Amino acid sequence: MPGETILTVENLGVKFDNNEVLKGLNFFVQKGDVLAIVGPNGAGKSVLFRALLGLIPYSGKIKWAPGLKISYVPQKFNIDKDLPLSVEEFLRFKEKTPEKIIGALKAVGMTDEHTEFLCGLKHRKETTPSHIEHHVLKERIGWLSGGQLQRVLIAWSILDNPDILLFDEPTAGIDVGGEETIYNLLKKLKDERGFTILLISHDLNIVYKYADNVICLNKEMVCYGEPSTVLDPASLVKLYGGEAGFYKHEHDH
Amino acid sequence: MNMITNPLFLQLLVGVLTGLGAGYLGSFMILKRMSLVGDVISHVALPGIALAVIFEVNPFFGAFAALLLAVIGIWFLEIKTELPSETLVGIFFALSLALGILITPEPELLEALFGDITKIGLSDALITIALIAVIFFTMFRIYRGLTLSVVSKQLAQSMGINVSKISFLFLLLVAIIVALGLKVTGVFLMGALVIVPAAAAKNVSVSLAGFTRLAALFGGISALGGILFASYFNLHPGPIVVLASGVIFLLTLLFKK
Repeated sequence: MPGETILTVENLGVKFDNNEVLKGLNFFVQKGDVLAIVGPNGAGKSVLFRALLGLIPYSGKIKWAPGLKISYVPQKFNIDKDLPLSVEEFLRFKEKTPEKIIGALKAVGMTDEHTEFLCGLKHRKETTPSHIEHHVLKERIGWLSGGQLQRVLIAWSILDNPDILLFDEPTAGIDVGGEETIYNLLKKLKDERGFTILLISHDLNIVYKYADNVICLNKEMVCYGEPSTVLDPASLVKLYGGEAGFYKHEHDH
Repeated sequence: MNMITNPLFLQLLVGVLTGLGAGYLGSFMILKRMSLVGDVISHVALPGIALAVIFEVNPFFGAFAALLLAVIGIWFLEIKTELPSETLVGIFFALSLALGILITPEPELLEALFGDITKIGLSDALITIALIAVIFFTMFRIYRGLTLSVVSKQLAQSMGINVSKISFLFLLLVAIIVALGLKVTGVFLMGALVIVPAAAAKNVSVSLAGFTRLAALFGGISALGGILFASYFNLHPGPIVVLASGVIFLLTLLFKK
C-alpha cells in the first residue's frame, strides 16, 4: 500500500566520546520511496546508516515498521585482487539455494555480455544459467571490475528479497559512465520488486534524477524534502560551503 | 600392535595433525592480514615453558597459558584501537622472549627454541588429537563470520555476526596451534609453519575452499615429508619441516594464479 510509513526517526543523535556526530534528525520514509542522503565527507552519513541498523548507540527514536527485512551494503569493502574468495562463495554466505543466487545475478544483469566479457568468449548460444554457473560464480571476487563488483554487491543485497535497501555510495569506485547504469539498475529492480531504498550519494545529479526525497546532512539536517525544491543554491552553500549549486539541472529529466 | 608406541609413528601423527591445523589456521591469518602475529606471539610461549619446566608440569600447558595472556592482550588492543598495534606488540613480545631466555633452564632452552619431536610421548599425541579436533570444529562454526568480517566488518555486523567474539575465538585457536607446534618446530619456527603453507596455497587457489584446504594439506605434507627426511638422515626435524614448507612455497610460485 503506497503511502505507508515504514521508518520514522525522531530527534536522532549520535555521540562518539562526547563528540556530537549527529544531532536533531527528524524524518520519515514511506514504502517505495527513494531517500537520498547527501553531505560533505565526515558529515555523519555512514554513521546515520549504522544507527538505523542498530549497530551503534544513539539517542532519540528510530521506529521501523514491524517485520521488515533490511539489507545493507556498506561503503567499505576490503576486496582486493589477492583475496581468495569466489563470487559463489561470497553469495553463499548469505543464501545457499543455487537457483536464488543465479536468479539474483540475472536480475542485476550479470548474464551474457558480462560473462562473455569476463572470459573473453563470444558465443551467444549457451547464455544464462550455465554461463553464470561456469564463469561468474567461479570467478575470484577481487578479479571483477568495479562495475561488476557493484552488481554482485547489489545481487547480494537482493538475495533474501528485502523490503528495504540501505546503500552507502553504491557507485564508489566506478567511472562516471558506469554510475548511471548502476542507478538505472537499482531503479529497475526497485520498480520490479517494490522495495524502498535509502542511499548515500555524492552525486547531486543522481539525486535529482532518482530520489523522491533528499536529506542534506552535515551533523544536523541542513535540508529535507523533494530534491527539486530543497536543493537550492542557498542550502548547498550551507551544506558544502563555497561554490556548489551549479549542478542544478543541466539536463532535465 | 606396538604401532601406537612406535616413536616414528607418534612423531608423524603429531607432526601431520599439527601441520594440518597450522596450515588451515594460517590461511585465515593471511586473510585477516595478521601473518606475523603467529610469529610474534610464539615468542611469548618461552617464559611460559620456562615456568612449566621449573614447576615440573607439561611445557604445553605453560606455553598455552602464556599464549592465552598474549592473545587476550592482542584482542584487547584490536577492539580498543581498531589499529594494528604493531609497535606495541613487537616490543612486548621481544621483551618476553628475552625474559624467557633468561629464566629457561639451560638444558631445556634449545628444545624449547627449536622443538624436539623425537621426545614426543603418548600423552602429547592424545592432547594433539583432541585439540586439533577442537580447532577444526570451531573453525567450521566461525569461518563464515570470520571471512565476512574480513570482506567488510560493517557488512558482517549488519548480519548479526559478533565480530569481536569471533575474532577472539580465532586468536584462541591460534594460541592452541602455536602451543602444539612448540613440540614440532619450537618457538622460533612455529610462525613459519603457520604462514608458509598458507602463503603457498594462496599462490595457486582461486576460491576460499580451495585456499584453506590446500593450506592444511601443504602444512600436513611439510610435516610428513620433513619428519621422514629428518629421521632418515638423522637430522633435527623442526627446521627440516619448515624448509619442506619453503620448498612447497617455491614450487607453487611456478603455478601462481
